[in-house]
Amino acid sequence: MKRQTMYLRMITSSLVRRRSRLLVALLAVAIGATILSGLVTIYYDVPRQLGQEFRSYGANLILVPAGDEPSIDRDTAQRAVDLIPKDEVVGIAPYRYETLKINEQPTVVAGTDLEGVQKASPYWFITGEWPTSSKSVLIGQEVADLIRLTPGSSLTLNGTGAEGQAVSANFTVSGIVQTGGTEEAFVFMALADLEAMMGDSGKLNVVECSISADQDDLDKIVKNISNNVEEVSPRLVKRVTESEGTVLTKLQALVYLVTVVVLLLTMICVATTMMAVVAERRKEIGLKKALGASNKSIVIEFLGEGLFFGALGGLLGSGLGFLFAQVVSMNVFTRAISFQPLLIPVTVVVSIAITGLACLLPVRSATDVDPAIVLRGE
Amino acid sequence: MNLLELKDISKIYGNVKALQDINLEVSQGEWLSIMGPSGSGKSTMMNIIGCMDKPSNGSVILDGADISKESARGLTDIRRDKIGLIFQQFHLISYLTALENVMVAQYYHSMPDEKEALEALDRVGLGERAKHLPSQLSGGEQQRVCIARALINYPMLILADEPTGNLDEANESIVLDIFKQMHADGRTIIVVTHDPEVALQAQRTVVLEHGKVARIINNEQDTGR
Repeated sequence: MKRQTMYLRMITSSLVRRRSRLLVALLAVAIGATILSGLVTIYYDVPRQLGQEFRSYGANLILVPAGDEPSIDRDTAQRAVDLIPKDEVVGIAPYRYETLKINEQPTVVAGTDLEGVQKASPYWFITGEWPTSSKSVLIGQEVADLIRLTPGSSLTLNGTGAEGQAVSANFTVSGIVQTGGTEEAFVFMALADLEAMMGDSGKLNVVECSISADQDDLDKIVKNISNNVEEVSPRLVKRVTESEGTVLTKLQALVYLVTVVVLLLTMICVATTMMAVVAERRKEIGLKKALGASNKSIVIEFLGEGLFFGALGGLLGSGLGFLFAQVVSMNVFTRAISFQPLLIPVTVVVSIAITGLACLLPVRSATDVDPAIVLRGE
Repeated sequence: MNLLELKDISKIYGNVKALQDINLEVSQGEWLSIMGPSGSGKSTMMNIIGCMDKPSNGSVILDGADISKESARGLTDIRRDKIGLIFQQFHLISYLTALENVMVAQYYHSMPDEKEALEALDRVGLGERAKHLPSQLSGGEQQRVCIARALINYPMLILADEPTGNLDEANESIVLDIFKQMHADGRTIIVVTHDPEVALQAQRTVVLEHGKVARIINNEQDTGR
């Protein structure tokens, strides 16, 4: 039999036949590895989760005409939009604003892509329904209060068209919008309806973009658009992007801190258990030394046991950690988390390293055992 | 030819003189007993002979080499290569089977050999119990495993501390028979014991009192063997 085979036989026999004590250490490592793996999963998934969460607060990038131009050409706007990576686009809402009158009251009317608005501004609260056909409009809460309109009411918009001609059209109110912002003073309709009423098309005043990307990626997009589409001035909505960055930094710092604390606690728990194991096995260590075991052999055996359950705990922890992260993600973000296969070897290696470090002191004390004293039963 | 020589050995712990000027020669193949009341220095002497402790003064010559100035590591090597230890408490590793307990001694010495370890257990009548854990063995059986472990590396000196101290009469007889066989095979044996009957089995008995050799009894002459 090879020495390595006997070594493994001794290690596994010790682990299997003395499992009650080592189960405590294994549990400590597994819990530590679970928290580590779970928090690291969350750490790396938080930007994505938080990004999606922040997307419900509306656009984080707007495209406005460059210089003194009053509007952007629709094709030009499309060229700018095309520079945003497709997989990062949550919603795009182009807007054309015109001032028209309702019952002689001047009101800002916005023509837009109503489906795009629903994606880019999911926080809008609608009483009634989103318009599903032409000649249907959403009106802001302020407009509804002023003119006393409710969903299903009719309203007539009139004003001056693109060529200076008088224009007038009837619409049905499909819903009333509440945002807590300036939108409550506007009327929203399909861009095609507004263009038909005004008698021209292809002009946009602003394009609101909701993009799932971090601050660095957004900066790159802004730079790219600025460099390639001169007629458009891209601007980040700092209120949203900076809040996202701040929350993200604080969350990641918290996760980092908790991970370090958990790892330290794991080390203390493993070290304490190993100390107890060494104390409990002083006679065995003494016997082995009496039989001729060198200090190196004793260290290798105890370290082997420690590293074995370090690896086992790490493996258990990487699986349980994903479940832990999934539960946290579902409860906090109500979204599933993505599995990171690389985390398995990382968790196992970290667990082995932590266990190894935790074992150093107890194993060192094992070499101090005097065989003569132990065998006398003192 | 002497296998072991103790020359003017003293061991002092603080103000306590555990051993004083011990001189003793043990020849190759001899069976020697060491007796004495508690505190007479038996354990200290066994530890020094067994390379688990060093004398304060004097020299220990084992197999022609002075080992009294050896480092802890050197003593570990000597213990592993030249001495087989048998304990009153057996000191088997609880999570290893009888066979594995014997193989542990091989593991630290050179190369584990399952067949040879099984043969050693066979020689002490435990071939059938090789796969049993110590908790599944009687005291006598555990002591026999301990003996098989002590013999497995063919040590030049067998050192036994109260080998029958924890055994009933029947098992004591079995163990003493094994010792007789070892002696017949030419092994050098030193047995520390309280039991005069056990001591009497040896060729000579050294009686210690207050850390000194009080007398040496030649059992063969006295019993007419």
